[in-house]
Amino acid sequence: MLEIKNLRVKVADEDAEILRGMDLKINPGEVHAIMGPNGSGKSTLAYVLAGKDDYEITAGEVLYNGANLLEMAPDERAAAGLFLAFQYPIEIPGVGTMTFLKTAMNAQRKARGDEELTTPDFMRRMKEVAQKLKISPDMLKRPLNVGFSGGEKKRNEILQMALLEPTLCVMDETDSGLDIDALRIVADGVNTLRAPDRSFLVITHYQRLLNHIVPDVVHVLSKGRIVKTGGKELALELEERGYADFVEEAA
Amino acid sequence: MADKGLIKTRAEDAFAGHFASLPADDPMRDIRADAFGAFAQKGLPHRRIEDWKYTDLRALMADAPAPAAPAAPEVAASAMTRADLFDGIERDRIVFVNGHFVPSLSETSGLGDAVEFASLGRFLADGGAILDRYDLADPANAPVLALNSAFVGDGAAIRIKEGAKLARPLEIVTLFAGDEPGLQTLRHQVAVEAGAEATILQTYAGPDGVAYQTNIVAEIRVAEGARLNWIKAQEEGDEAFHLGLILPRLEAGAVFDPFIFGAGSAVARSEIRMAFDGEDAISNIRGTTIARGSQHIDTTLVLDHAVPGGLSREFFKAAIDGEAKGVFQGKITVRQAAQKTDGQMMSQALLLSERAEFANKPELEIFADDVQCAHGATCGQIDEDMLFFLRSRGIDAKTAQQLLVQAFLAEAIEQIGDEAIIDVLEARTRRWLGVAEAA
Repeated sequence: MLEIKNLRVKVADEDAEILRGMDLKINPGEVHAIMGPNGSGKSTLAYVLAGKDDYEITAGEVLYNGANLLEMAPDERAAAGLFLAFQYPIEIPGVGTMTFLKTAMNAQRKARGDEELTTPDFMRRMKEVAQKLKISPDMLKRPLNVGFSGGEKKRNEILQMALLEPTLCVMDETDSGLDIDALRIVADGVNTLRAPDRSFLVITHYQRLLNHIVPDVVHVLSKGRIVKTGGKELALELEERGYADFVEEAA
Repeated sequence: MADKGLIKTRAEDAFAGHFASLPADDPMRDIRADAFGAFAQKGLPHRRIEDWKYTDLRALMADAPAPAAPAAPEVAASAMTRADLFDGIERDRIVFVNGHFVPSLSETSGLGDAVEFASLGRFLADGGAILDRYDLADPANAPVLALNSAFVGDGAAIRIKEGAKLARPLEIVTLFAGDEPGLQTLRHQVAVEAGAEATILQTYAGPDGVAYQTNIVAEIRVAEGARLNWIKAQEEGDEAFHLGLILPRLEAGAVFDPFIFGAGSAVARSEIRMAFDGEDAISNIRGTTIARGSQHIDTTLVLDHAVPGGLSREFFKAAIDGEAKGVFQGKITVRQAAQKTDGQMMSQALLLSERAEFANKPELEIFADDVQCAHGATCGQIDEDMLFFLRSRGIDAKTAQQLLVQAFLAEAIEQIGDEAIIDVLEARTRRWLGVAEAA
């Protein structure tokens, strides 16, 4: 599904490398977690996969279902099935949440050569998913993320994920800013989306999210490289011992 | 004093020639002569005149066409398709073509007894004493008002009677027809009497490729407790020169809500000079400018709070593309007597290309000590983070940009409050952006 080979990345116009030779392979249906301290390159990885253009790829490649991901525009990546759940979802005044959702769904369908959804079909699907995520109709009428609480913004991300039906979901610190109830709603939303042909890359600081979204593989990212890979028990070990041990191991 | 250092421009010479050719037996001859004298003395304003710093008429106005003759009836009728912006709205309509009232294209059946309407041409033929009201030596009144008084041929005199509430909007269409350049000069006089309520739409339209000129002055009085929504849609042809001056006077408790939609013309200036004459009057002034190519679109507002308790809100948005230039000047004066004035001004521009330009000039002049006034002005490009967010959801760059520009402009349009008018202006904005309408 996703194969990252020796990826080296720096911020455009700066010298310091953030990802320094990263390798990662995710098979269909797998849930991988990436954990790591601040500044280890977690969010950079998420943005580079989604195609944000503030970064410069200096080496390596990323294959997504065999295609060269790094050559695709952000909207092409989305249409190909990649989804980034933002750590800080953007507020867009004046763009209604429903208008946005419909535009996005139809843009992807169009890019894939599918028929566009009719408004009643769209409404039906949206209402069904929104209800599960406890997203009120009132929220859907408001401009995108404007005036939403932290939890509402994250639930809105999961709503988009559910409607767009990606094959690879990259979740960038989706647990940040969530109280325990919101965390459960978000995790339930993700778990219902787990499928044999859908993979997840869950980026997080804390182990607690992984109690709810149980990963198949856990990686520790430090200084732009994966320094340890293990099963779900690795997350517990990290929680107990902190990152220091692993970071030193790598050094 | 004349600007002796300046050589007369071709346009100034042309105006002088056209003025000399006006009929000698015009009953308004003296008033026109005074007005033209005031214009000729100063000439066209230029960048060293503060009010015209960003819209230098000496540089921008290449020539001045002769006053336009009335259009042949079939020419006028077929040109009406250009003035179709508000066709989806039930309304009455007063139509001027090439500066002349055309009853056959107008529709005033809905006005009933609540409204008195007459074409101003009739009063002008009587000697035009009604025009003799402005101090033309005041530089603020030159050159638009001076040229208007010198050349005015017609206009709408509208009285909305005390307590009347118009059931549907009244549209004033100002249309240019034909392929020869011409000057159309109109003066409207609108009185909304105490407690009356009305929505007046104005549509300005004309052919592309014809360097015609529109000079329009609207004198408006909104009486005690009356309410007037005033929607100006400037959709002139692409070589047109549009000079518009709106002169509202608000009496106690009056509400005047203008919206200026600036989309057409090669060069346009829409100016409002508003006087708060009565206490506790309210004005919400909003507008959007959309410009591209080499268009130059100027919105200038001058608010004079002379009495206590006035409330004014200015909210303007502009999207400028290509090599176009937008101008916003907003001045709020709060005189010493005008305590408890509440004035807020915001102008925001979005530059969509490297060579697009916007000049933003907010000004506050406050002589009272118990007031709330604020202004803000921004000028920037499309937010990259918003663009990336939309693209990350599969929306292509062009569509994402359209969505963001539309949303930006809609914030001002949606404050109009009338759904039908909002729909018209938003649809028009989407057409400008090249958004395909869903079937």
